[in-house]
Amino acid sequence: MDSESRAAIRVENLQKRFGEVEAVRGVDFEVQAGETFGFLGPNGAGKSTTINMLCTLLRPTGGRAEVAGFDVVSQRNDVRREIGLVFQDMTLDTYLSAGQNLRFHGQLYGVPSDRLEVRMRQVLELVGLWDRRDKDVDTFSGGMKRRLEIARGLLHSPRVLFLDEPTVGLDPQTRASIWEYLDELRRQENLTIFLTTHYMDEAEHCDRIAIMDAGQIVALDTPEALKAAIGTDRVRLEIDDEAAAAAAIKRQFGLEASSVGGALVLQVPDGEHFVPKLLADLGVPVRSVSVTRPTLDDVFMSYTGRTIRDAESAPGSEIPAMFRGRR
Amino acid sequence: MTTTVQPPLPIAPVQRPPTGLASDLRAARVVCHRELLRWVKDGRRLLAGLVQPLLWLFVLGTGLSRVVSVGAENVDFRTFLFPGVLVTSVMFTAVFSGVSVVWDREFGFLREMLVAPIRRTSILGGKCLGGAIVATAQAVVILALAGLCGIPYSPVLMLQLLAILFLASLSITAFGLLLGARVANIQSVMPVIQTVITPMMFLSGALYPTSGLPTWLAFATKINPVTYAVNPMRHVVFSHLDLTPEAARVLDPQLTWGGWPVPFALQLVILAALGLVTFAVAVHRFSKTD
Ligand SMILES: Nc1ncnc2c1ncn2[C@@H]1O[C@H](COP(=O)(O)OP(=O)(O)OP(=O)(O)O)[C@@H](O)[C@H]1O
Ligand SMILES: [Mg+2]
Repeated sequence: MDSESRAAIRVENLQKRFGEVEAVRGVDFEVQAGETFGFLGPNGAGKSTTINMLCTLLRPTGGRAEVAGFDVVSQRNDVRREIGLVFQDMTLDTYLSAGQNLRFHGQLYGVPSDRLEVRMRQVLELVGLWDRRDKDVDTFSGGMKRRLEIARGLLHSPRVLFLDEPTVGLDPQTRASIWEYLDELRRQENLTIFLTTHYMDEAEHCDRIAIMDAGQIVALDTPEALKAAIGTDRVRLEIDDEAAAAAAIKRQFGLEASSVGGALVLQVPDGEHFVPKLLADLGVPVRSVSVTRPTLDDVFMSYTGRTIRDAESAPGSEIPAMFRGRR
Repeated sequence: MTTTVQPPLPIAPVQRPPTGLASDLRAARVVCHRELLRWVKDGRRLLAGLVQPLLWLFVLGTGLSRVVSVGAENVDFRTFLFPGVLVTSVMFTAVFSGVSVVWDREFGFLREMLVAPIRRTSILGGKCLGGAIVATAQAVVILALAGLCGIPYSPVLMLQLLAILFLASLSITAFGLLLGARVANIQSVMPVIQTVITPMMFLSGALYPTSGLPTWLAFATKINPVTYAVNPMRHVVFSHLDLTPEAARVLDPQLTWGGWPVPFALQLVILAALGLVTFAVAVHRFSKTD
């Protein structure tokens, strides 16, 4: 009864240490039922380790976590019944067909056989693989395998779906289509989705995001709030007489404009409302204007002092992403 | 690639019954079914499982039958070899089925099974059962050639042989699982099999009579679990043939521990018990890997 009001995931001071390596150093968060929650962070931040603890495959070395109202250590089987998983690395049996993989999964999770065939068709249609259900998985492309894994993760109607880097190594088109499927799903089932990514643009699909760096959460909020906290939009003006315009902006608005790559760039809190005022008052002809909102890349930068790319190439971090593509 | 999203489907969430013994048994059956599916799909594995025993029987057996005197007139060397070759064939197939868990781990599928809401015992039990069925089914093909080796197609004999082979395959698949739990990656599988399984085959008396062996070899044979499969198999075969007492003593000697004759049934109990213990250790090891 009160499981409805309960958080789908509740994590308190969760820790994991592998010998010397402190992979997760005490994280706290809650994910509400029906929410899509993202973990964003560079390689080696501890995203997969956190997911593996939440899905009962790794035992925490400190703190506690509840998924769907069950403790991930003392009620492992209850947790397992309620979750669906898409791991970072492929976990399909490539010897079997798509349908055989799903049937195996459904039976393992105790989906009654009369419901199984119907449900299989629904999830396969959702990811656009129904036509290929009898084909062996080793003939599938990376994107098709990923979609099949998402379908499999949904087959037994989990309450919480974990996706560990669901689109890593896929081309932009396939990534976009996977996101279409996920958005569609969120509309259809009151599913809680927990996902990790290190693509900034993907994080924007989430209701809330935790930014993780070196085993800790450095920021946690909605994507908009995180970006707003940075405060500034970037306004870019193409102007013939840059020097005159810069002087006028300084005089009338008290802002420093810098000349970057043939355009004037200035940072303002609310770019969209600033531009009309600027154009009305400036008195210098402007050729073009663009306003760029801060990206999550900027957010990561502002909290960690590094770009995601820097964090990943730092010594001690994991192998670069390009060597870890999915097969 | 098509990226169109299907029109909204009335996706009905499925209700699942609570977990319990029934779900554990069902899970074991499903895992077993997968082993069979993979075996049927991979024709090469089937073929490879047959090539070796046929070489033993008809190439080695025929070649050696002219120089080896097996201690008795009118007993073909191939007749002697037949039960041993059956066990050998089952042994390799079964151990590979068990050790295939290394492939499951390396290709990720093991995680799919381990994270499901079922006991490790069901997963490993299902793999054992599947491996044993596969190994025994392959042995049926060899068994069909019994006539060529001078062994009568007596239904009782065939059933006895199949029963012992099935028991042996269960135990050996469990042993394969245990090896799989300890082997870190696919590259180490072949060396491990070479260094563990091949000696077990040679020291079991599958390929030579165990009568009159030097003490060290006789001892090695007695502590080798495979002996407790080979010996009953051969005993069953020879009890369906008319052997002179003289030939029986050489070809089918009574297995003894320090002079005490080990009963036929006890040999099978030992085989089963070893299998159970191995299985329990394997389950324990898989439960420890978080
Ligand atoms: N089984 C393990 N044994 C030892 N160290 C481990 C183990 N698993 C992970 N680690 C270490 O823990 C840290 C966090 O790893 P994790 O896989 O959680 O990172 P991640 O955020 O998922 O990174 P990626 O984006 O590369 O997937 C890394 O430093 C990694 O080397
Ligand atoms: Mg990861």
